[in-house]
Amino acid sequence: MSVGYRALESAALGRPSKRRRWTRRYGLATLGGGIIAIWVLIAITAPLLSPYLPDTVDVVNRLEPPSWTHWLGTDALGRDVLTRLLYGSRISLTTGFVVVLVSAAFGTLVGGIAAFARGRIEEIIMRVTDLVLCFPPIILALAIAAALGIGTTNTIIAMLVVWWPKFSRLARGLVIVQRSQEYVEAAHVVGLNPSRILMRHVLPNAVGPLIVLVTLDIGNAIITFAGLSFLGLGVVPPTPEWGSMVAEGRELVDQWWVASFPGLAILSVVLGFNFLGDGIRDWLDPKSRRR
Amino acid sequence: MSRTAHSTPIDAAPVLQVQGLKTHFFTDEGVVRAVDGISFSVAGGETLGIVGESGSGKSVAALSLVRLLDESCRIVAGEVRFQGRDVLAMTTEELRSLRGGGVAMVFQNPMTSLNPVLRIARQLVETMVVHQRYDVDAATVRSVNLLGRMGITAPGRAIRSYPHQFSGGMRQRVVIAMGMSNEPALLIADEPTTALDVTIQAQILELLRELNRDFATAIILISHDLGVIARVCARVVVMYAGEVVEEGPTEALLADPRHPYTWALINAVPRLDRHEPGARRLTTIGGTPPDPLNHPPGCRFAERCPFRIEQCARHPDLLDVGPGRKSRCWVAQAGGTLAGHRREASPAMAQSASTGFAQTHATLLARGERLLEVRGVTKHFPVPRQGFFEPHQVVHAVDGVDLDVAQGETVGIVGESGCGKSTLARLIARIHAPTAGSIVFAGQDISNASAATIRPLRRRMQMVFQDPYSSLNPRMTLGETLGEPLRFHGVTHGTAETAERIAEILELVGISPRAVRRYPHEFSGGQRQRISIARALAVRPDFIVADEPISALDVNIQAQIINLLVDLQERFGLTYLFIAHDLAVVRHISDRIVVLYLGKVMESAATDELFAAPLHPYTRHLISAVPIPDVAAERQRRNLPLTGEPPSAIEPPSGCRFRTRCPIAQPICTERDPALAVHHGRHEVACHFPGKFS
Repeated sequence: MSVGYRALESAALGRPSKRRRWTRRYGLATLGGGIIAIWVLIAITAPLLSPYLPDTVDVVNRLEPPSWTHWLGTDALGRDVLTRLLYGSRISLTTGFVVVLVSAAFGTLVGGIAAFARGRIEEIIMRVTDLVLCFPPIILALAIAAALGIGTTNTIIAMLVVWWPKFSRLARGLVIVQRSQEYVEAAHVVGLNPSRILMRHVLPNAVGPLIVLVTLDIGNAIITFAGLSFLGLGVVPPTPEWGSMVAEGRELVDQWWVASFPGLAILSVVLGFNFLGDGIRDWLDPKSRRR
Repeated sequence: MSRTAHSTPIDAAPVLQVQGLKTHFFTDEGVVRAVDGISFSVAGGETLGIVGESGSGKSVAALSLVRLLDESCRIVAGEVRFQGRDVLAMTTEELRSLRGGGVAMVFQNPMTSLNPVLRIARQLVETMVVHQRYDVDAATVRSVNLLGRMGITAPGRAIRSYPHQFSGGMRQRVVIAMGMSNEPALLIADEPTTALDVTIQAQILELLRELNRDFATAIILISHDLGVIARVCARVVVMYAGEVVEEGPTEALLADPRHPYTWALINAVPRLDRHEPGARRLTTIGGTPPDPLNHPPGCRFAERCPFRIEQCARHPDLLDVGPGRKSRCWVAQAGGTLAGHRREASPAMAQSASTGFAQTHATLLARGERLLEVRGVTKHFPVPRQGFFEPHQVVHAVDGVDLDVAQGETVGIVGESGCGKSTLARLIARIHAPTAGSIVFAGQDISNASAATIRPLRRRMQMVFQDPYSSLNPRMTLGETLGEPLRFHGVTHGTAETAERIAEILELVGISPRAVRRYPHEFSGGQRQRISIARALAVRPDFIVADEPISALDVNIQAQIINLLVDLQERFGLTYLFIAHDLAVVRHISDRIVVLYLGKVMESAATDELFAAPLHPYTRHLISAVPIPDVAAERQRRNLPLTGEPPSAIEPPSGCRFRTRCPIAQPICTERDPALAVHHGRHEVACHFPGKFS
């Protein structure tokens, strides 16, 4: 029965033509990749794209709505929103990338080792994880960042400390599922050493949900970083950064452009990573790749 | 007492009539014709078996009868009449009353067919109240009676339990009770015993027979196992590629099949009652069932058929070929017989005689050098504590097992699920470390050796696993899977040599070497199992632990894998530790058999001796529980029903572990644990009263 349904399921995904199949499978991923690529390009070339500087205060023209001179309007200090948005991509993207990728790599490895080693090592690793998890992340990051001193790097370090446990929790759960699979036992029988089994047999099969979490989490990291900036850590005020731009525009209900455009920028990055992540997950899975 | 299907008074009017039923799946790739024009009828109180391999459409057919189909699946033609009423024209409301009231269904997996968060009572009472034939109080009383009738001890207490407190067999009884609660005219059971142990299977089949006899409930029993069908059903329908290919009374059909597919099904399974010494290979047919998207225009079985004639290019109809018998085969319709081809049609048989490998293997076996020596090996798994102040508990998975395996020998290990046979295999392969005892392999104690010490021995000892779907890494190509052990053990050096060796092994197990770049999901279950065997063989081991290597496969594929294992053994002088729950298969392949029960060895003897004169009561019960696909043979066998279920391995019974189910238990069995002692020759048994039970 189950075989029949599997055939059906694969059939339902269809193959009307090779091109349509590719579009259906990787179309969104390409779109996502495109969005990310555009933002990265913008971050690199920001000074060339805008005639203004991100921190030029122009009190006369404060809170102007979008117009031909200021495409996305100006903020409370009369700074050009578009310019700040373009420059802001530098810090926002960097923090998002660095925090999530580094903590995902570290958390996955630690969680994987915990699940694979079992016994005392697992107990120690998981209790440390729980210890970090049981503090509200923003407050803990706040404390660490405050102790290290204000600044982008220190804030990123503080975020890394609070960010990895969720990955290690998820990775541990996924690895435990994989560990009891017969192909992992078969690898033991072959005599492979545990690190090789973990890297070659266990993690590649556990990676799907992790990629989804990573892509969802990049937006989350950008927003948290923004929160920390808003609280006075992270970036120092004149520096443009999306999160703090949203924060600045929060109470300006009539001047919607101040908060909306950086918000949309964050949204586009999050969506872009999501699409890309789905595509990567599919591409890594030989079952859907060869269909 | 005869155990075969016996005739109950059959009403003349059919309960169910199916005419030209076609159920198709509509997919983007095209129309999957899962059920393609089947017709049969079931008379009141009759027992009908539907048999076929996976993908033959038998389950979809069953679901179509009560219209329990998925969205993408539609009945496109035909007629289903239940007691004269047209099922296909029924409204949703009418269907609901039909499903619980007139027709009951029992599915394969008893673990998922009950709602885990509701008590048994609630689920049973609900079934009855919903059809408005009982009020809650009456339904509760009836539930207790029904559970008692289904053979559940202390039904008054059982009814207040949750499903997880029951074993699989017990749950299946509850599901059947639920089905029977509204006195249905027809019970459809789709592989009801496939997930159960053989002793529990015998109990459930007996229950179905009783229900049929006592309540005159008609039964449609769907199974891949002809033995199961033979025990319950008076008539059989054989399905292949969405069609009925043969229909007839069970006894006649099994004794004299009139369709080559039926013939192949019957001959692919080793028989418990008939063992020809020296005949180590089974009759198999090649090929695979046709693609359901694109059935061949002629006979759908023609491609695999050993009896093929020219006429088979045209599609045959299902026609009468004798009293009560129908066949969809040109040969049978022309009066040809298939029975005469028995056994002779196996090409592997002739091949085995001509090769010299069999002799070489026999000499190796005769030397009797000991390869594996297991002494008092024990494995206890800790159970998570129920509460902080609760004591630590352990599962006694394997408890003091002794086992010797000689070079070139095949030792079979049998027992019900939970008897510790898989754990024993994993201890020997050192996936687990034993709690106590010693395992000596090739003269070296590996019971507590470090991974580095064992690593060189790993080359000599490999393992084949049960589940062909999880035993291969889905993200590694065939070439990577096979290349890894080769390079790791330094068997081959460099890409070219590795590729050459991979091609060689693939050839050996019957997979095209061109497939090295493909991923596991692109292969069928049987092919995957061949790949699994290839992986084990890659490093040229001399000892292979096979943990239920065929139990997830269709019978014809099972036979192919058994033949492959036998071929490889003779060719390379391999030694097998073969673990299975299917006694017929174990008997067929093993030189010696060890019977396990709750982590202890009950009996150990040479295969023929064990089956000719079993000494332990458990062994006798186990043998008796295996259904034989031969009605006449079944009639002559003695029925030794084993009651109850294995006790918990957390708190095993004192003294002899089997005593709680043993019909000849005496007070001494509670007090003293019988040691495994030599009875005569190499026949060992752990019983205070060996051979006393008859």
